[in-house]
Amino acid sequence: MPLLDAHGYRADPWRRIAAGEPATGDAVLVALADLPAVIAGRSNAQRIGVEVANTVRLPDLSAFLGQLDLVAIAFPAFNDGRAFSLARQLREAGFKGAVRAVGPVIADQFTHLVACGFDEVEVPDAIAARQPEAQWRGALASYGATYQTGYGAGASILERRRALRAGQGAAS
Amino acid sequence: MYRYDQFDEAFVRERVAQFRGQVARRIDGALTEDEFKPLRLKNGVYLQLHAYMLRIAIPYGTLSSVQLRQLALIGERYDRGYGHFTTRQNLQFNWPKLRDIPDILDLLADVGMHCIQTSGNCIRNTTADHFSGAAADEVEDPRPTAELIRQWSTMHPEFDYLPRKFKIAVTGAARDRAAIRAHDIGIQVVRHPVSGEVGYRLFVGGGLGRTPMIGKLVRDFLPKAHLLAYLQSLMRVYNLEGRRDNKYKARVKILVHEIGIEEFRARVEAEFAALDPAAIAADPDEVARIEAYFAAPAFATFPADSQRVVADRARDAAFDRWVETNTFPHRQPGYAAVTVSLKPVGGVPGDATSDQMRAVADLADAHSFGEIRVSHHQNLILPHVRQDELHALWTGLVAAGLAEANAGLITDIIACPGLDYCALATARSIPIAQAISRRFGSAERQREIGELGIKISGCINACGHHHVGHIGILGLEKSGQESYQVTLGGDATENAAIGQLLGPGITAEEVPDAIERLVGVYLAHRHDGETFAEAVRRLGIEPFKAGFLAPQPAEAAHAAA
Amino acid sequence: MATTKQKILLPAILLANDLLDGDVVFWTERGWSIDPAEALVAGDEAAAIRLQEVAAAALARGTVVDAYLVDVTLRDDGLPVPNHFRERFKIAGPSIRQDLGKQAAFAHLRGRA
Ligand code: HEM
Ligand code: SF4
Repeated sequence: MPLLDAHGYRADPWRRIAAGEPATGDAVLVALADLPAVIAGRSNAQRIGVEVANTVRLPDLSAFLGQLDLVAIAFPAFNDGRAFSLARQLREAGFKGAVRAVGPVIADQFTHLVACGFDEVEVPDAIAARQPEAQWRGALASYGATYQTGYGAGASILERRRALRAGQGAAS
Repeated sequence: MYRYDQFDEAFVRERVAQFRGQVARRIDGALTEDEFKPLRLKNGVYLQLHAYMLRIAIPYGTLSSVQLRQLALIGERYDRGYGHFTTRQNLQFNWPKLRDIPDILDLLADVGMHCIQTSGNCIRNTTADHFSGAAADEVEDPRPTAELIRQWSTMHPEFDYLPRKFKIAVTGAARDRAAIRAHDIGIQVVRHPVSGEVGYRLFVGGGLGRTPMIGKLVRDFLPKAHLLAYLQSLMRVYNLEGRRDNKYKARVKILVHEIGIEEFRARVEAEFAALDPAAIAADPDEVARIEAYFAAPAFATFPADSQRVVADRARDAAFDRWVETNTFPHRQPGYAAVTVSLKPVGGVPGDATSDQMRAVADLADAHSFGEIRVSHHQNLILPHVRQDELHALWTGLVAAGLAEANAGLITDIIACPGLDYCALATARSIPIAQAISRRFGSAERQREIGELGIKISGCINACGHHHVGHIGILGLEKSGQESYQVTLGGDATENAAIGQLLGPGITAEEVPDAIERLVGVYLAHRHDGETFAEAVRRLGIEPFKAGFLAPQPAEAAHAAA
Repeated sequence: MATTKQKILLPAILLANDLLDGDVVFWTERGWSIDPAEALVAGDEAAAIRLQEVAAAALARGTVVDAYLVDVTLRDDGLPVPNHFRERFKIAGPSIRQDLGKQAAFAHLRGRA
């Protein structure tokens, strides 16, 4: 499935490891059940990622966060929004690795995904065919600012108002 | 009234451009119908039986005359010259074309309005007491709180794909005119009994639809500055744990019911404890900025009771009746809040023509500081009218066909669009409302019966609030026919209650007689000054059930003839 | 409404809403029409299945939405009238506003319950 981030489609360095398959090589993406063993057998500087359902809860992951470079969260359907909260919780818990959405999300959701802490999405071919890169970039560009403070990199509308007031206060 | 600043304006324009792009991408195939549908719903666009429908947000039911005129214009230019005011303080147009909707959204943005989140599985338009800022009994105007929630909930990145729709209502008074306990979250502005600090009491898990429930207390006192963090915590628990396996069990009320309010509260509090409220809250300057928009208009000082009104009432019986039913005590001496009834006898509840909208806008400019409200009873309100000017206002309303003296009476019926418009309906609701209204149309008759709320829905979704009607009517299909179930004892106020079923379904033709019999039981048993709802509470449902099931002798004779 | 009901009730017509203006449209020999009098009536199962295929293809192409078969009774003048009251309202327009919807545009829809 094609992988995409804020800059567009790109090659996916991660390799999914099936149950029982040896997790060798760099950038291995494994199931939560296999994670403790893979971490225990980690080779030097090997990057490890975990792929989880959106029904996984933060406490199930907390112990591993410091060891992980990627958390991939499944979207069973584009309008099943649980992963938005899970990604936020990962970021609030201080997770610094990449967070990936896997499944049939659409370009129109890209801003929300990024605001909640996702870095990249892995979409089915059919969606990539209908929604080329420009649509994903366009979706990101369609928001100048949002109201919620702490979501996304840019200043929220509340913060912009505060800055404006401070500027006016300084000017007067 | 709140006015958009440069940021609100830019944000809404971006959303219009976004929707314009989505429509274009739907047409060129980039978006499938399944993908497009939730996106159009989040912009208030439904597909109904005969056409698309556009639902316009009227945040907390507050409108300016300028906005109302723009709605009139849209109704004329893009619809059929009328709109439908709903129980959710929104306006619906029944005939827009999809291709025109982006242009309509631009016209709305011109006057600081939008359709964002008026449908779909997201946080919907926040509603509030329609007498906010006017009522004598409120702790505080709830609208600054509602506006704060409006902004915070607008395109919230985390909560735009919830298990199901989510509705928040706010009231500033102990007397609940916003049906807060019929909402997913109900917020009451309260004063702390000990410290005197103003804060919030929160209820969760109310809702109507197929499993009606009354909201449960989740937080007795929340400091104002913690509101957004608390809401974020609550929404997160719902977003993660609300059921997604069954659309009919996906509302937060089911989650609260299944895990229990204690467990739900504990989970919310755990989330809340992990957050920094100050990082999420609007800072005090921002709160002050919003509050300033809701400052009281420039009221003049008058005696509490206008001699003019007394004289006008004495010489004009129709005006007298209207003042009695359609005015509400104002906190400012010498003023009144006025209900502009959208329930002419035999009319379509909640419908107003573009001409009527313009007439109300003009009257609001002349008599109510240019401000209008939409009530969840599907009426309009002019919140700040000088008592001395009531007669002039009434004269203007008479000319526009908007002076029905029936606020709160038996012909002030709430009805959803039902099968005359709605794709989900199982039966019609509007003709039922019209038939009852005609039956009880006489002014004397209505007055004698007194306060009585009939609410009608055209299917189990309960958009007409039938569960909380003093008398509720639900339209269903039975053996290929429209059939109506009647419930009794519902209440949408601080005494919130779900009505009980009186008996088997009846035909449309039988409804007015059945209502007649229920009213008969009430009139026969009521104590002095006791309203219908109070009598039902005292007597219980049984005597009404008997009356409902047993045709009166006169009817039986009629049927036999 | 599913386009693949297990049991097809006959005779049947195919209706949908136009994507762009939302109006109810009927499948005819010449494509979609806004006039129910022109609807192609499937009198047997094979014809009805062909209508279902038309519906599926039209939904896939995305020019209409909510396309499904409706069972009808032919009036004396040949007009197909749906057997269910919901579809009768859907075709005619709001019963409380006879001046709106198809009932206002087409005389053949007026004056029946
Ligand atoms: C005409 C198109 C409409 C559609 C398709 C529609 C759809 C629905 C649905 C599916 C529900 C049930 C939600 C649930 O149980 O989870 C519902 C509830 C509700 N709707 Fe509507 N509705 C429509 C119009 C209206 C109108 C006109 C009003 C106001 C008059 C309204 C206000 C409400 C209210 C108050 C509820 C029940 C409260 C609750 O959400 O629990 N709706 N609607
Ligand atoms: S109650 Fe049913 S019929 Fe009435 S508007 Fe809601 S969904 Fe439609």
